[in-house]
Amino acid sequence: MESFFTRFKDALVLIAILLAQTIALAIQVHRPADPNNPDSSQVRLLRLWALSIFTPFERLSTGTGHGIRYAWSNYVDLRHVRREDQDLRQEIANLRLQRAALAEDALEGQRLQALLKFSRNYVSQTVAAHVIGTSGTDQSRILILDKGAHDGLKPDMPVITPDGIVGKIRDVFPSTSQLLLINDTTAGAGVVLQSTRIRAIVHGNPLGRVLITNLTPDSRIKPGETVLTSGGDQVFPRGLPVGKIETIIPDPDHQPYTAITLHTAANLNQLEEVLIITGTASTLDPAVQQELKSEAAETAKQREDRLAAQQAAQKAAAEAAAAQSSAQVLAERLPSLHPDQPEPDPTKPADTKDPNATPAATPPPDNSPDLVPKPKPAAHPDRYSPNATPPANTLTPGAPAPH
Amino acid sequence: MPDRSYTSRKELEEYHFSLPVAVLAPLILLFLQAFLPKVFPRLLILDLPLVAVLFFAVARRSPIAGSVTGAIIGLLQDLLTHQPIGVNGMAKTLIGYAASSIGVQVDVENLLTRILMNFGFTLVQSGLLYLIDRVLLGIHGGHILWLHELLRATLNTVVAIPIFLFLDRFKLRD
Repeated sequence: MESFFTRFKDALVLIAILLAQTIALAIQVHRPADPNNPDSSQVRLLRLWALSIFTPFERLSTGTGHGIRYAWSNYVDLRHVRREDQDLRQEIANLRLQRAALAEDALEGQRLQALLKFSRNYVSQTVAAHVIGTSGTDQSRILILDKGAHDGLKPDMPVITPDGIVGKIRDVFPSTSQLLLINDTTAGAGVVLQSTRIRAIVHGNPLGRVLITNLTPDSRIKPGETVLTSGGDQVFPRGLPVGKIETIIPDPDHQPYTAITLHTAANLNQLEEVLIITGTASTLDPAVQQELKSEAAETAKQREDRLAAQQAAQKAAAEAAAAQSSAQVLAERLPSLHPDQPEPDPTKPADTKDPNATPAATPPPDNSPDLVPKPKPAAHPDRYSPNATPPANTLTPGAPAPH
Repeated sequence: MPDRSYTSRKELEEYHFSLPVAVLAPLILLFLQAFLPKVFPRLLILDLPLVAVLFFAVARRSPIAGSVTGAIIGLLQDLLTHQPIGVNGMAKTLIGYAASSIGVQVDVENLLTRILMNFGFTLVQSGLLYLIDRVLLGIHGGHILWLHELLRATLNTVVAIPIFLFLDRFKLRD
């Protein structure tokens, strides 16, 4: 017996180690899923110990990297700051204008949502965190953040950047946390296609791409369409950018579904700082509402001012047009129709004025009968000439026509 | 019963390492594996802990030492992920055992042997991880991406050779 153990010592040790790990694996796999505690307390403790070994060095390396980068940007790369500053100021001014224009619509939308009793979650509170490490393997797209339970983080909190969603918090330790990226195979998010309003689910694949694989072919879905969060997953608030559709191909593994690849709005490969949404509210923050109202009022005032200016300009133009009456226009164009004015002499220059001429009388009002031009008396009148026929009330029925 | 010669390959080329090197070298490689992809995301394809397992397994030439080294490094790697603990542990335990067993038979100081060993064991590990996912964890969705795995094996070999040469400096003969 002793010789058996001695002879197969290596293989027995190997089997023992593998068996222990297999049992540990089985216990973990058969544990009921709990979103708030993805790991058992023992496994969580082991993960915490492992992170405690590496996190100080990751913090140090990240801090050193940031220090070097900031020193570079602060002291060396100042050449473009003034230009960038101007560009950014211009951009801020443009964004303020756009925001002011949208503020009124936002308030109106809120009022309509309140009328319809439509609940919506607004991002009301966020915590900024630095990415200090990764899982180190492409089978697990996890990032380590430098904020944890002490900062109010909890599992399943959504993580975003200003560009779009990034993932969600998987597990939280006292001063660090695990961020599960949306391009992990086990991650997912409810989304809606912006123009077609088709709902779908995104998830990651082993190569780190974000896909939609639960839609059948639809001619309305086109590359370039924006994909937003739908809010249906109870993790991400509605309306956050996820990405744009890059390619649409038939899914060979799941016919008749399509494999829609997304280009994520946030660059998942170069994440340095992220925002964890720690609080949402069904209404906008009062300060933001007040700000929106003031911006909306300002926009409305600007609009009224613009309208008043337009109306004033139109009125002035109308008055000017009225002052130049149609009679004057005709007088300018057909001066020979006026019997009281002498015929201009074609031999004289047009701009020659009679020094004895009286100033022109004030133009008649618009409804005056004088406005109707009257023909000049005929040089050789006949019975067809104007006023040659006697008025009808002087004629006798049946009497011969006067000659 | 023939006795093993004192100058057999195992006795002649069996090395050990000082405790700081034996502890710090795998930890540094694990740290680099976790930190470098943050700066250079494409380095996520590498597996530096596997390089540590292979180096210490073939240098010690003891299957038990190789298995234990592989198990410890693999479990530490699992602890940094969100996978169940034991996936990399089991794969690297087997790799450590196999590498140390091969190390007894062949000259692992040779550059070509090292290249073939790193390339081959990286591919073997990918196969083992696939099997563990499929059989033990019941994940049936994925396929083996052969091109990706070949690229991983090539890059890991390219990185492993200088690391082996560097760590050779810390070998101690009994």
